Amino acid sequence: MQVTENKAFKPLIVAFCCNWCSYAGADLAGTSRLTYPADVKIIRVPCSCRVNPLFILRAFQRGADGVIICGCHPGDCHYTTGNYYARRRMTTLFSMLDYLGIERARTRVEWVSAAEGVKFASVMNDFVKTVTELGENVKLGDLRCKESL
Amino acid sequence: MTRLTEAFDRISAAQKLYLPIEKAEQVNFDEYAPGANVRLDVTKTVKSAKDAFFPQCEDFAHFHMDGKSINVKPVAPESEPFTVFGVRACDARSFKGVLDLVFLSDPLDPYYAARREHGTLVVLACGNPEESCFCQTFGVNPAESADGDANAWIVGDTMYLKAVTEKGEKLLALLGDLLSDADDQPVEAEKARIHEEMAKLPLADLSVESLKDGAMMEEFNSPRWKDLSAACLGCGSCTFVCPTCQCYDIRDFNTGHGVQRYRCWDSCMYSDFTLMAHGSNRPTQLERFRQRFMHKLVYFPMNNDGVFSCVGCGRCVEKCPIHMNIVKVIKALGGKKHVD
Amino acid sequence: MLNVAREKLASGEVKRVLGWEKGEFWYDLTPAFFETEESLNGFVYNGFSGANLSKYLIKARDWEGKTLVFLKPCDTLSFNQLLTEHRIDREKVYVVGAGCKGMLDYNKMKKLGIRKEADVTDRQAVLLGKCLACKGKTFYAFDEVIDDEEAQKPIEVEDRFNEVKKIEALSPEERFAFWRSQLSKCIRCNACRNVCPACSCVKCVFDNPNSGVASKANPDDFEENLFHIIRAFHVAGRCTDCGECSRVCPQGIPLHLLNRKFIKDIDELYGDYQAGLEPGSRAPLVNFDKNDPDPKIVMERGENA
Repeated sequence: MQVTENKAFKPLIVAFCCNWCSYAGADLAGTSRLTYPADVKIIRVPCSCRVNPLFILRAFQRGADGVIICGCHPGDCHYTTGNYYARRRMTTLFSMLDYLGIERARTRVEWVSAAEGVKFASVMNDFVKTVTELGENVKLGDLRCKESL
Repeated sequence: MTRLTEAFDRISAAQKLYLPIEKAEQVNFDEYAPGANVRLDVTKTVKSAKDAFFPQCEDFAHFHMDGKSINVKPVAPESEPFTVFGVRACDARSFKGVLDLVFLSDPLDPYYAARREHGTLVVLACGNPEESCFCQTFGVNPAESADGDANAWIVGDTMYLKAVTEKGEKLLALLGDLLSDADDQPVEAEKARIHEEMAKLPLADLSVESLKDGAMMEEFNSPRWKDLSAACLGCGSCTFVCPTCQCYDIRDFNTGHGVQRYRCWDSCMYSDFTLMAHGSNRPTQLERFRQRFMHKLVYFPMNNDGVFSCVGCGRCVEKCPIHMNIVKVIKALGGKKHVD
Repeated sequence: MLNVAREKLASGEVKRVLGWEKGEFWYDLTPAFFETEESLNGFVYNGFSGANLSKYLIKARDWEGKTLVFLKPCDTLSFNQLLTEHRIDREKVYVVGAGCKGMLDYNKMKKLGIRKEADVTDRQAVLLGKCLACKGKTFYAFDEVIDDEEAQKPIEVEDRFNEVKKIEALSPEERFAFWRSQLSKCIRCNACRNVCPACSCVKCVFDNPNSGVASKANPDDFEENLFHIIRAFHVAGRCTDCGECSRVCPQGIPLHLLNRKFIKDIDELYGDYQAGLEPGSRAPLVNFDKNDPDPKIVMERGENA
């Protein structure tokens, strides 16, 4: 999140990627020389179900404009069932954020396998575009964390 | 009274004005802006007026990290005048009678002192005292306060104002042409009526005579504390609605690019109250519960010439989720001496 | 009820009785442990016994001997949920089901100028918010029940999700404004958390100085959102909708509407579930089905759905 007078709005995106599929997918996107915006900051987690709702909210607190969780496709979890739990949790959490009036398009879950470098890049491109259109995250940000003092 | 809004608009144009304002069905002291739903008819705001002088949260300093350098920006204490209008006598006593003793004695608290210096307090007489009120127990006069800068009475459709201090006179001067000279008689009648009402309240005969000179200290090890505290949830409702609770914590918030240092109210009911490296010095709820009442009824008076740190506003009586409160404690432990 | 308590205490079968003690006024009953027969003189059960006593049994688990507890029908759901979570010891509790005609809200009564339970003519009008969504008069856990016909009469209830639906029907901006106006009242007293039978963590993340989110106040709007979202999420699937959070909030924040939103979503997406109905059952958020809908469903619901 950086807004200067002459520069267009550049969103800060936090992507939680599971170690086994999506992080490898991101890696493949890189080695395949596919481009996706540098606004995406990847945080590697062992499994999508490691993502605690607190992580997501704190990412927003610290200035994220969008948060995306990427995991193995349902059924392909390295730990067999982790992403099934993540699926329920994220669905209910995102629904709650929507209920509180926070733009639902700022949050997303995508299943990206280790072979889907292309999908990873296109998902990120699309998500960055969506969040850029939404603009700065005001509703779920923390004023204290804004860069200007 | 029809010109009251005009008066509030005029004060708020000149300085910040805090009034009991209803927001989302609850009445609390809040900054006035034209169009606000002012509720002077409500005797008890949920929180006391304490926030006006000792806010629940206030920043002390901002630290900003820029590479290896750290910029420190201290937050300056209040320097603009403001008015708190419609405070009740109990809350007014909590400032002059209790919080001043804490924050204006050595070491002086500059933030509180600045607010006290710049704030004008208008005390509104309690036309409709509530069942849970027991300010008389602590010698507070709900019909006319000596603890504010001006007094106000609402009788029928008229509001009567009378300055107590210079600050109060200045405020009345600001309202100038909106006021007209009035006869003392209706106010005297209202005062008498309030005293009559007060005498009829269920807690009118509650007395703390037997607690004087730290008498309750003997009850420190009383087995009654166990029963009294048994149901306590350990929440902070009582401490946060209380006008006299003054404990606070100073915390650092990591902003990612520095630190924001702020003070916020703390509650002796919390397990992490005065937490130290070795753990908590009051490990169970019994001790925390006892601390709250011993502080108000024993320790504080012992250190402050016998002044109890309760003003009988009765907010804890109304708001405690389990209905355990200082009245029940006084009755359970304080009355004993009389019986003996 | 008093006779049962007296007998059990006298015979030594139970060491203490957990009930409600009479207060200073007509409405302010306090939950209390009665250990002697004389102390039972202060015992009261009436329309102001709204407090759910099940959470106190966590404490009683570590005490010697059995505790006799009076539980209203909805309280037994919380009791079962606590059993499911292994927070209480069934062997150490003697549950007496207490028939309930719906509990009274003294604030509503005061507004109407009613000052005793006996003067209430229209009980429905002065019921506690939580009783307006009464879950029925069935006891889901008991060793003994003391009930009468009067208490068995069902309470008229609206669809408990009506209020949630109303909020869902608002625009995102209106929803945001509604929740800001409500949550900005929060004074962070933790009453909602501490009274909640589902909030039984030994150390709450918000009290843990190592968690990074511990706080004693809301220095920023964000903290209000954070606290209430995380709290509601943490009890989601385990919340029996007992409504204690809203009852005790000193600022009258309708916290049950957060919990009910989760319940509604869970019911709609993963099948109807009532926490505490079957002890030992697996709560929906620690469970899954291979055919669960994708999180995209949240996006796909119409803007105002």
